[in-house]
Amino acid sequence: MDRVAIIGASMTQFGQRDAWIRELLAEAGQAALADANVSPDEVEHLYVSNMASGEFEGQTGVPNALAHDLAAMPAYTARIDQTSSSGGAGVYAAWQSVASGASDMTMLVGGEKMTHRSTAEATDVIASLTHPAEYKHGVTLPSFAGLTARLYLDTYDAPRESLGKVAVKNHKNGLDNPHAQFRKEVDLDTVLDSPIVADPLRLYDFCPITDGSAALVFCPESVAREYTDDYAVISGIGGATDTHVVHERADPTTMGGVVNSSEIAYEMADLEPDDVDVAELHDMFTILEFLQSEDLGFFEKGEGWKAVEEGVTDRDGELPINTSGGLKSKGHPLGASGVAQVYEIYKQLIGDAGKRQVEADVGLACNVGGFGNCVTTTIMESR
Amino acid sequence: MSDDNPPMEAYRYPDGSITYPGHPVGPGGEEPVGTVDLSEYTATVLTWTTSTATPPGVRQPNTLAIVEFDVDGEPVRAIGQVTTEDVEIGDEVEPVYAEELREPGAGIREPESQEWDGYQFTPV
Repeated sequence: MDRVAIIGASMTQFGQRDAWIRELLAEAGQAALADANVSPDEVEHLYVSNMASGEFEGQTGVPNALAHDLAAMPAYTARIDQTSSSGGAGVYAAWQSVASGASDMTMLVGGEKMTHRSTAEATDVIASLTHPAEYKHGVTLPSFAGLTARLYLDTYDAPRESLGKVAVKNHKNGLDNPHAQFRKEVDLDTVLDSPIVADPLRLYDFCPITDGSAALVFCPESVAREYTDDYAVISGIGGATDTHVVHERADPTTMGGVVNSSEIAYEMADLEPDDVDVAELHDMFTILEFLQSEDLGFFEKGEGWKAVEEGVTDRDGELPINTSGGLKSKGHPLGASGVAQVYEIYKQLIGDAGKRQVEADVGLACNVGGFGNCVTTTIMESR
Repeated sequence: MSDDNPPMEAYRYPDGSITYPGHPVGPGGEEPVGTVDLSEYTATVLTWTTSTATPPGVRQPNTLAIVEFDVDGEPVRAIGQVTTEDVEIGDEVEPVYAEELREPGAGIREPESQEWDGYQFTPV
Protein backbone atom coordinates (compact mmCIF):
# COMPACT_ATOMS: atom_id res chain seq x y z
CA MET A 1 0.00 0.00 0.00
CA ASP A 2 1.18 3.51 -0.83
CA ARG A 3 1.99 5.19 2.49
CA VAL A 4 0.77 8.69 3.34
CA ALA A 5 3.56 11.25 3.29
CA ILE A 6 3.85 14.75 4.72
CA ILE A 7 5.75 16.92 2.26
CA GLY A 8 5.41 20.40 3.76
CA ALA A 9 4.57 22.11 7.02
CA SER A 10 4.35 25.48 8.68
CA MET A 11 3.36 27.14 11.90
CA THR A 12 2.76 30.78 12.69
CA GLN A 13 4.12 32.60 15.68
CA PHE A 14 2.13 31.36 18.68
CA GLY A 15 1.11 33.85 21.35
CA GLN A 16 -0.97 37.01 21.50
CA ARG A 17 -1.62 37.97 17.90
CA ASP A 18 -3.51 40.86 16.32
CA ALA A 19 -4.70 38.58 13.50
CA TRP A 20 -8.15 36.95 13.63
CA ILE A 21 -8.92 33.33 12.80
CA ARG A 22 -9.26 33.78 9.03
CA GLU A 23 -5.94 35.58 8.81
CA LEU A 24 -4.15 33.07 11.07
CA LEU A 25 -5.35 30.11 9.01
CA ALA A 26 -4.38 31.78 5.74
CA GLU A 27 -0.92 32.66 7.07
CA ALA A 28 -0.15 29.04 7.99
CA GLY A 29 -1.81 27.59 4.90
CA GLN A 30 0.05 29.81 2.48
CA ALA A 31 3.36 29.04 4.18
CA ALA A 32 2.77 25.27 4.13
CA LEU A 33 1.96 25.27 0.43
CA ALA A 34 5.11 27.27 -0.25
CA ASP A 35 7.12 24.87 1.92
CA ALA A 36 5.76 21.90 -0.04
CA ASN A 37 6.11 23.66 -3.39
CA VAL A 38 2.45 22.91 -4.08
CA SER A 39 0.18 25.41 -5.82
CA PRO A 40 -3.28 26.08 -4.33
CA ASP A 41 -5.12 24.64 -7.32
CA GLU A 42 -3.44 21.27 -6.71
CA VAL A 43 -5.17 20.92 -3.31
CA GLU A 44 -8.00 18.40 -3.60
CA HIS A 45 -9.04 18.22 0.06
CA LEU A 46 -8.70 21.07 2.56
CA TYR A 47 -9.43 20.44 6.25
CA VAL A 48 -9.55 23.02 9.02
CA SER A 49 -9.06 21.92 12.63
CA ASN A 50 -10.79 24.40 14.87
CA MET A 51 -12.73 24.05 18.11
CA ALA A 52 -14.67 27.22 18.58
CA SER A 53 -14.24 30.09 16.13
CA GLY A 54 -17.97 30.73 16.37
CA GLU A 55 -17.91 30.90 20.16
CA PHE A 56 -14.65 32.85 20.43
CA GLU A 57 -15.02 35.24 17.52
CA GLY A 58 -18.42 34.86 15.86
CA GLN A 59 -16.79 33.56 12.67
CA THR A 60 -18.12 30.30 11.27
CA GLY A 61 -17.60 28.72 7.86
CA VAL A 62 -13.83 28.90 8.18
CA PRO A 63 -12.93 26.09 5.71
CA ASN A 64 -14.68 27.84 2.84
CA ALA A 65 -13.18 31.18 3.89
CA LEU A 66 -9.72 29.62 3.84
CA ALA A 67 -10.24 27.95 0.46
CA HIS A 68 -11.19 31.33 -1.01
CA ASP A 69 -8.35 33.22 0.68
CA LEU A 70 -5.83 30.69 -0.68
CA ALA A 71 -7.50 30.33 -4.09
CA ALA A 72 -7.82 26.61 -3.41
CA MET A 73 -11.28 26.23 -4.96
CA PRO A 74 -12.83 23.87 -5.86
CA ALA A 75 -11.19 21.73 -3.15
CA TYR A 76 -13.47 19.70 -0.91
CA THR A 77 -13.47 21.35 2.52
CA ALA A 78 -14.53 20.37 6.04
CA ARG A 79 -14.08 21.68 9.56
CA ILE A 80 -12.84 19.18 12.13
CA ASP A 81 -13.93 19.90 15.71
CA GLN A 82 -12.88 17.51 18.43
CA THR A 83 -12.23 20.18 21.12
CA SER A 84 -8.53 20.29 22.09
CA SER A 85 -7.82 17.29 19.90
CA SER A 86 -9.26 18.92 16.77
CA GLY A 87 -5.73 19.04 15.35
CA GLY A 88 -5.12 15.33 15.85
CA ALA A 89 -8.54 14.52 14.47
CA GLY A 90 -7.66 16.69 11.48
CA VAL A 91 -4.46 14.70 10.95
CA TYR A 92 -6.61 11.57 11.02
CA ALA A 93 -9.05 13.02 8.46
CA ALA A 94 -6.22 14.18 6.19
CA TRP A 95 -4.47 10.80 6.44
CA GLN A 96 -7.76 9.05 5.71
CA SER A 97 -8.44 11.22 2.67
CA VAL A 98 -5.11 10.23 1.10
CA ALA A 99 -4.96 6.62 2.32
CA SER A 100 -8.46 5.97 0.93
CA GLY A 101 -7.48 7.28 -2.48
CA ALA A 102 -10.04 10.08 -2.32
CA SER A 103 -7.36 12.76 -2.57
CA ASP A 104 -3.83 12.91 -3.94
CA MET A 105 -3.11 16.29 -2.34
CA THR A 106 -4.62 17.26 1.02
CA MET A 107 -3.89 20.23 3.23
CA LEU A 108 -4.74 20.48 6.91
CA VAL A 109 -4.71 23.84 8.67
CA GLY A 110 -5.42 24.07 12.40
CA GLY A 111 -5.96 27.31 14.24
CA GLU A 112 -7.62 29.16 17.07
CA LYS A 113 -7.99 32.81 18.09
CA MET A 114 -8.45 33.07 21.87
CA THR A 115 -6.50 35.86 23.56
CA HIS A 116 -9.08 38.60 22.97
CA ARG A 117 -11.21 36.80 25.57
CA SER A 118 -10.55 37.03 29.31
CA THR A 119 -9.11 33.95 31.02
CA ALA A 120 -12.48 33.34 32.69
CA GLU A 121 -14.36 33.55 29.38
CA ALA A 122 -11.88 31.33 27.53
CA THR A 123 -11.96 28.80 30.39
CA ASP A 124 -15.76 28.75 30.13
CA VAL A 125 -15.76 28.21 26.36
CA ILE A 126 -13.46 25.23 26.85
CA ALA A 127 -15.44 23.96 29.86
CA SER A 128 -18.59 23.95 27.75
CA LEU A 129 -17.48 20.51 26.54
CA THR A 130 -18.32 19.07 29.97
CA HIS A 131 -21.47 17.15 30.92
CA PRO A 132 -24.25 19.29 32.46
CA ALA A 133 -23.73 17.41 35.74
CA GLU A 134 -20.14 18.71 35.74
CA TYR A 135 -20.73 22.16 34.23
CA LYS A 136 -23.26 23.27 36.85
CA HIS A 137 -20.69 22.68 39.60
CA GLY A 138 -18.24 24.99 37.83
CA VAL A 139 -15.98 22.11 36.80
CA THR A 140 -13.27 23.26 34.37
CA LEU A 141 -10.44 21.49 32.60
CA PRO A 142 -7.91 22.94 35.09
CA SER A 143 -9.99 21.59 37.98
CA PHE A 144 -9.93 18.09 36.41
CA ALA A 145 -6.15 18.47 36.33
CA GLY A 146 -6.03 19.43 40.01
CA LEU A 147 -8.25 16.50 40.99
CA THR A 148 -6.17 14.05 38.97
CA ALA A 149 -2.81 15.43 40.07
CA ARG A 150 -3.73 15.05 43.74
CA LEU A 151 -4.86 11.48 43.19
CA TYR A 152 -1.73 10.63 41.15
CA LEU A 153 0.68 12.06 43.74
CA ASP A 154 -1.19 10.26 46.52
CA THR A 155 -1.51 6.92 44.70
CA TYR A 156 2.04 6.68 43.39
CA ASP A 157 3.82 8.52 46.20
CA ALA A 158 5.23 11.00 43.70
CA PRO A 159 6.73 14.28 44.92
CA ARG A 160 5.01 17.55 43.99
CA GLU A 161 8.34 18.74 42.62
CA SER A 162 8.23 16.15 39.83
CA LEU A 163 5.29 17.97 38.22
CA GLY A 164 7.21 21.22 38.43
CA LYS A 165 10.13 19.60 36.63
CA VAL A 166 7.89 18.97 33.60
CA ALA A 167 7.31 22.71 33.36
CA VAL A 168 11.02 23.46 33.82
CA LYS A 169 11.98 20.95 31.08
CA ASN A 170 9.42 22.13 28.57
CA HIS A 171 10.18 25.81 29.10
CA LYS A 172 13.84 25.01 28.53
CA ASN A 173 12.95 23.28 25.25
CA GLY A 174 10.73 26.18 24.18
CA LEU A 175 13.66 28.52 24.46
CA ASP A 176 14.92 27.14 21.13
CA ASN A 177 11.56 27.23 19.35
CA PRO A 178 11.23 30.53 17.47
CA HIS A 179 7.45 30.06 17.22
CA ALA A 180 6.87 29.44 20.95
CA GLN A 181 4.72 31.77 23.01
CA PHE A 182 7.14 31.66 25.95
CA ARG A 183 10.84 31.59 25.15
CA LYS A 184 11.82 31.90 28.77
CA GLU A 185 13.35 29.41 31.17
CA VAL A 186 11.73 28.98 34.57
CA ASP A 187 13.33 27.39 37.62
CA LEU A 188 11.64 24.95 39.96
CA ASP A 189 11.21 27.49 42.75
CA THR A 190 9.35 29.82 40.38
CA VAL A 191 6.98 27.00 39.42
CA LEU A 192 6.41 25.90 43.01
CA ASP A 193 5.92 29.47 44.28
CA SER A 194 3.53 30.56 41.53
CA PRO A 195 -0.13 31.21 42.44
CA ILE A 196 -2.43 28.24 43.02
CA VAL A 197 -4.87 27.67 40.16
CA ALA A 198 -6.28 24.24 41.02
CA ASP A 199 -4.66 22.90 44.16
CA PRO A 200 -2.09 21.23 44.12
CA LEU A 201 -1.39 22.70 40.67
CA ARG A 202 -0.09 26.22 40.23
CA LEU A 203 0.10 28.74 37.42
CA TYR A 204 3.23 27.27 35.83
CA ASP A 205 1.62 23.82 35.70
CA PHE A 206 -0.77 25.15 33.04
CA CYS A 207 -0.40 26.08 29.39
CA PRO A 208 -1.28 29.63 28.37
CA ILE A 209 -4.19 30.91 26.28
CA THR A 210 -2.86 31.32 22.76
CA ASP A 211 -3.54 32.50 19.21
CA GLY A 212 -1.91 30.61 16.39
CA SER A 213 -2.12 28.29 13.45
CA ALA A 214 -0.18 25.39 11.91
CA ALA A 215 -0.51 23.51 8.62
CA LEU A 216 0.57 20.26 6.95
CA VAL A 217 0.49 19.02 3.35
CA PHE A 218 -0.25 15.31 2.73
CA CYS A 219 -0.03 13.11 -0.37
CA PRO A 220 0.71 9.49 -1.31
CA GLU A 221 4.39 8.56 -0.94
CA SER A 222 4.57 7.87 -4.68
CA VAL A 223 3.48 11.46 -5.33
CA ALA A 224 5.75 12.89 -2.62
CA ARG A 225 8.86 11.90 -4.55
CA GLU A 226 7.78 14.24 -7.36
CA TYR A 227 8.00 17.19 -4.96
CA THR A 228 10.80 16.53 -2.50
CA ASP A 229 13.31 14.11 -1.05
CA ASP A 230 12.61 15.47 2.44
CA TYR A 231 9.39 13.97 3.62
CA ALA A 232 8.11 11.85 6.49
CA VAL A 233 5.45 9.16 6.43
CA ILE A 234 2.58 8.36 8.76
CA SER A 235 3.10 4.70 9.57
CA GLY A 236 0.40 4.37 12.21
CA ILE A 237 -2.54 6.40 13.44
CA GLY A 238 -5.34 5.68 15.86
CA GLY A 239 -8.24 7.58 17.37
CA ALA A 240 -10.30 6.67 20.43
CA THR A 241 -12.71 8.10 22.98
CA ASP A 242 -13.19 7.70 26.71
CA THR A 243 -16.18 8.57 28.90
CA HIS A 244 -17.70 12.05 28.62
CA VAL A 245 -18.27 12.07 32.39
CA VAL A 246 -14.71 11.95 33.69
CA HIS A 247 -15.42 10.53 37.18
CA GLU A 248 -17.02 7.42 35.64
CA ARG A 249 -13.61 6.09 34.56
CA ALA A 250 -12.45 3.04 36.50
CA ASP A 251 -9.02 4.59 37.14
CA PRO A 252 -8.99 8.41 36.95
CA THR A 253 -5.20 8.33 36.49
CA THR A 254 -5.48 6.30 33.28
CA MET A 255 -6.59 7.83 29.99
CA GLY A 256 -8.33 5.03 28.14
CA GLY A 257 -8.38 7.05 24.93
CA VAL A 258 -4.59 7.25 24.99
CA VAL A 259 -4.24 3.53 25.66
CA ASN A 260 -6.67 2.54 22.92
CA SER A 261 -5.59 5.01 20.24
CA SER A 262 -1.92 4.14 20.72
CA GLU A 263 -2.58 0.40 20.55
CA ILE A 264 -4.20 0.96 17.15
CA ALA A 265 -1.33 3.15 15.98
CA TYR A 266 1.40 0.78 17.19
CA GLU A 267 -0.28 -2.18 15.50
CA MET A 268 -0.69 -0.30 12.21
CA ALA A 269 2.94 0.80 12.28
CA ASP A 270 4.14 -2.61 13.50
CA LEU A 271 6.14 -0.82 16.17
CA GLU A 272 6.44 -0.94 19.95
CA PRO A 273 6.71 1.93 22.45
CA ASP A 274 10.44 1.20 22.75
CA ASP A 275 10.86 2.00 19.04
CA VAL A 276 9.82 5.63 19.50
CA ASP A 277 12.75 8.07 19.43
CA VAL A 278 10.93 11.36 20.12
CA ALA A 279 7.43 12.28 21.24
CA GLU A 280 5.16 15.30 21.46
CA LEU A 281 2.61 14.86 24.25
CA HIS A 282 -0.39 17.01 25.13
CA ASP A 283 0.97 18.79 28.23
CA MET A 284 -1.94 21.19 28.59
CA PHE A 285 -1.26 20.56 32.29
CA THR A 286 1.98 19.09 33.67
CA ILE A 287 0.17 16.05 35.07
CA LEU A 288 -0.91 15.08 31.55
CA GLU A 289 2.68 14.41 30.50
CA PHE A 290 2.95 11.75 33.23
CA LEU A 291 -0.37 10.14 32.33
CA GLN A 292 0.31 9.98 28.59
CA SER A 293 3.90 8.80 28.93
CA GLU A 294 2.56 5.86 30.95
CA ASP A 295 -0.58 5.17 28.92
CA LEU A 296 1.45 5.19 25.69
CA GLY A 297 3.58 2.41 27.16
CA PHE A 298 6.80 4.40 27.49
CA PHE A 299 6.91 3.81 31.26
CA GLU A 300 5.13 1.57 33.75
CA LYS A 301 2.00 2.93 35.43
CA GLY A 302 3.01 5.28 38.22
CA GLU A 303 6.59 5.55 36.96
CA GLY A 304 6.28 8.45 34.52
CA TRP A 305 7.29 10.95 37.19
CA LYS A 306 10.55 9.08 37.80
CA ALA A 307 11.49 9.37 34.13
CA VAL A 308 11.23 13.15 34.38
CA GLU A 309 13.21 13.20 37.63
CA GLU A 310 15.96 11.08 36.03
CA GLY A 311 16.20 13.20 32.87
CA VAL A 312 15.03 10.39 30.58
CA THR A 313 12.64 12.77 28.81
CA ASP A 314 15.10 15.66 28.49
CA ARG A 315 16.15 16.70 24.99
CA ASP A 316 19.40 14.79 25.46
CA GLY A 317 17.71 11.91 27.29
CA GLU A 318 16.79 8.43 26.08
CA LEU A 319 13.30 9.53 25.04
CA PRO A 320 13.02 13.28 24.44
CA ILE A 321 9.45 14.45 25.12
CA ASN A 322 8.14 17.80 23.92
CA THR A 323 11.25 19.10 22.20
CA SER A 324 9.04 21.89 20.83
CA GLY A 325 8.42 23.17 24.35
CA GLY A 326 5.07 21.42 24.39
CA LEU A 327 1.77 23.17 24.89
CA LYS A 328 3.23 24.41 28.16
CA SER A 329 5.81 26.69 26.58
CA LYS A 330 4.86 26.80 22.91
CA GLY A 331 1.23 27.67 23.69
CA HIS A 332 -2.10 25.96 23.07
CA PRO A 333 -4.27 27.46 20.33
CA LEU A 334 -6.79 24.64 20.62
CA GLY A 335 -7.36 23.60 17.00
CA ALA A 336 -3.73 24.20 16.06
CA SER A 337 -2.05 22.20 18.81
CA GLY A 338 -2.40 18.70 17.36
CA VAL A 339 -1.20 19.99 13.99
CA ALA A 340 1.76 21.75 15.59
CA GLN A 341 2.70 18.53 17.42
CA VAL A 342 2.97 16.73 14.07
CA TYR A 343 4.84 19.75 12.65
CA GLU A 344 7.51 19.25 15.34
CA ILE A 345 7.79 15.51 14.71
CA TYR A 346 7.98 16.14 10.94
CA LYS A 347 10.78 18.65 11.48
CA GLN A 348 12.65 16.21 13.72
CA LEU A 349 12.33 13.37 11.20
CA ILE A 350 13.53 15.37 8.19
CA GLY A 351 16.40 16.81 10.24
CA ASP A 352 15.19 20.40 10.17
CA ALA A 353 14.55 21.10 13.85
CA GLY A 354 17.51 23.43 14.31
CA LYS A 355 18.76 23.67 17.89
CA ARG A 356 15.98 21.33 18.97
CA GLN A 357 17.19 18.53 16.69
CA VAL A 358 17.52 15.06 18.20
CA GLU A 359 18.43 11.75 16.58
CA ALA A 360 15.13 10.26 15.48
CA ASP A 361 13.77 7.85 12.90
CA VAL A 362 10.43 7.27 14.64
CA GLY A 363 8.29 9.96 16.26
CA LEU A 364 4.94 9.97 18.02
CA ALA A 365 2.37 12.71 18.64
CA CYS A 366 -0.47 12.32 21.13
CA ASN A 367 -3.22 14.92 20.98
CA VAL A 368 -5.86 14.91 23.74
CA GLY A 369 -9.31 16.53 23.75
CA GLY A 370 -11.27 17.33 26.88
CA PHE A 371 -9.62 15.55 29.80
CA GLY A 372 -8.74 12.49 27.75
CA ASN A 373 -12.24 12.35 26.26
CA CYS A 374 -10.99 12.10 22.65
CA VAL A 375 -7.47 11.19 21.59
CA THR A 376 -5.50 10.79 18.37
CA THR A 377 -2.08 9.11 18.40
CA THR A 378 0.06 9.46 15.28
CA ILE A 379 3.29 7.57 14.62
CA MET A 380 5.59 8.88 11.92
CA GLU A 381 8.81 7.64 10.38
CA SER A 382 11.53 9.21 8.33
CA ARG A 383 11.47 8.14 4.67
CA MET B 1 -32.65 15.33 52.99
CA SER B 2 -35.87 17.32 53.01
CA ASP B 3 -38.86 15.63 51.37
CA ASP B 4 -39.19 18.78 49.25
CA ASN B 5 -35.80 18.34 47.62
CA PRO B 6 -35.43 16.45 44.36
CA PRO B 7 -33.52 13.15 44.56
CA MET B 8 -29.84 12.80 43.63
CA GLU B 9 -30.88 10.36 40.99
CA ALA B 10 -28.51 7.68 39.71
CA TYR B 11 -29.49 5.01 37.19
CA ARG B 12 -29.24 1.30 37.83
CA TYR B 13 -28.66 -1.07 34.87
CA PRO B 14 -29.43 -4.78 34.37
CA ASP B 15 -25.80 -5.82 35.04
CA GLY B 16 -26.02 -4.22 38.50
CA SER B 17 -23.90 -1.19 37.63
CA ILE B 18 -25.03 2.27 38.70
CA THR B 19 -24.00 5.61 37.19
CA TYR B 20 -24.39 9.20 38.24
CA PRO B 21 -25.48 10.94 36.13
CA GLY B 22 -27.65 8.41 34.34
CA HIS B 23 -27.35 7.58 30.66
CA PRO B 24 -29.85 6.22 28.11
CA VAL B 25 -27.61 3.15 27.83
CA GLY B 26 -25.43 1.82 30.66
CA PRO B 27 -21.81 0.57 30.67
CA GLY B 28 -22.98 -2.92 29.71
CA GLY B 29 -24.93 -1.66 26.70
CA GLU B 30 -28.39 -2.01 28.23
CA GLU B 31 -31.09 0.51 29.13
CA PRO B 32 -31.58 1.41 32.82
CA VAL B 33 -34.03 -0.58 34.89
CA GLY B 34 -34.34 1.66 37.93
CA THR B 35 -33.04 4.60 39.91
CA VAL B 36 -31.20 5.11 43.20
CA ASP B 37 -31.40 8.26 45.33
CA LEU B 38 -27.78 8.88 46.34
CA SER B 39 -28.81 11.62 48.77
CA GLU B 40 -29.75 8.83 51.19
CA TYR B 41 -26.12 7.60 51.31
CA THR B 42 -22.77 8.94 52.46
CA ALA B 43 -19.65 8.83 50.28
CA THR B 44 -15.85 8.80 50.59
CA VAL B 45 -13.65 11.51 49.05
CA LEU B 46 -11.48 9.99 46.31
CA THR B 47 -9.73 13.26 45.44
CA TRP B 48 -10.36 17.00 45.65
CA THR B 49 -9.12 20.37 44.44
CA THR B 50 -9.73 24.02 45.15
CA SER B 51 -10.01 25.99 41.94
CA THR B 52 -9.16 29.68 42.15
CA ALA B 53 -9.61 30.58 38.46
CA THR B 54 -13.32 30.02 38.05
CA PRO B 55 -15.52 30.82 35.05
CA PRO B 56 -18.31 33.43 35.06
CA GLY B 57 -21.10 32.71 37.55
CA VAL B 58 -19.06 30.24 39.63
CA ARG B 59 -18.11 30.87 43.27
CA GLN B 60 -14.47 31.65 43.92
CA PRO B 61 -12.67 29.69 45.21
CA ASN B 62 -14.50 26.55 44.18
CA THR B 63 -13.62 23.38 46.08
CA LEU B 64 -14.61 20.25 44.16
CA ALA B 65 -14.36 16.57 44.96
CA ILE B 66 -14.82 13.24 43.24
CA VAL B 67 -16.53 11.01 45.78
CA GLU B 68 -17.46 7.35 45.82
CA PHE B 69 -20.72 5.97 47.23
CA ASP B 70 -21.18 2.36 48.25
CA VAL B 71 -24.70 1.35 47.26
CA ASP B 72 -25.13 -2.12 48.69
CA GLY B 73 -21.66 -3.11 47.52
CA GLU B 74 -21.84 -1.34 44.16
CA PRO B 75 -19.44 1.63 43.84
CA VAL B 76 -20.91 4.82 42.35
CA ARG B 77 -18.88 7.96 41.79
CA ALA B 78 -19.99 11.57 41.58
CA ILE B 79 -18.35 14.97 41.25
CA GLY B 80 -19.53 18.09 43.02
CA GLN B 81 -18.82 21.18 45.02
CA VAL B 82 -17.69 20.78 48.62
CA THR B 83 -19.13 23.10 51.26
CA THR B 84 -15.72 23.69 52.86
CA GLU B 85 -12.06 23.92 51.85
CA ASP B 86 -11.23 21.73 54.85
CA VAL B 87 -11.37 18.34 53.16
CA GLU B 88 -8.98 15.42 52.68
CA ILE B 89 -8.79 12.22 50.66
CA GLY B 90 -10.69 9.52 52.55
CA ASP B 91 -13.09 11.89 54.35
CA GLU B 92 -16.70 10.78 54.67
CA VAL B 93 -19.17 13.27 53.18
CA GLU B 94 -22.90 13.51 52.69
CA PRO B 95 -24.89 15.23 49.92
CA VAL B 96 -26.63 18.50 50.81
CA TYR B 97 -29.08 20.13 48.43
CA ALA B 98 -28.35 23.56 46.88
CA GLU B 99 -30.97 25.42 44.85
CA GLU B 100 -28.36 27.10 42.64
CA LEU B 101 -24.83 25.76 42.23
CA ARG B 102 -23.86 28.31 39.60
CA GLU B 103 -25.52 31.47 38.23
CA PRO B 104 -27.53 30.47 35.14
CA GLY B 105 -26.82 32.64 32.14
CA ALA B 106 -23.50 34.02 33.41
CA GLY B 107 -21.52 31.48 31.38
CA ILE B 108 -21.71 30.42 27.76
CA ARG B 109 -24.34 27.71 28.20
CA GLU B 110 -28.01 28.52 27.57
CA PRO B 111 -29.78 28.88 30.95
CA GLU B 112 -32.74 26.76 29.84
CA SER B 113 -30.57 23.95 28.45
CA GLN B 114 -29.91 22.32 31.81
CA GLU B 115 -30.72 22.36 35.53
CA TRP B 116 -28.63 24.44 37.93
CA ASP B 117 -29.62 22.97 41.28
CA GLY B 118 -28.01 19.87 42.75
CA TYR B 119 -26.07 18.38 45.58
CA GLN B 120 -22.91 19.62 47.22
CA PHE B 121 -20.90 17.47 49.61
CA THR B 122 -20.26 18.28 53.24
CA PRO B 123 -18.03 16.37 55.67
CA VAL B 124 -19.92 14.14 58.07
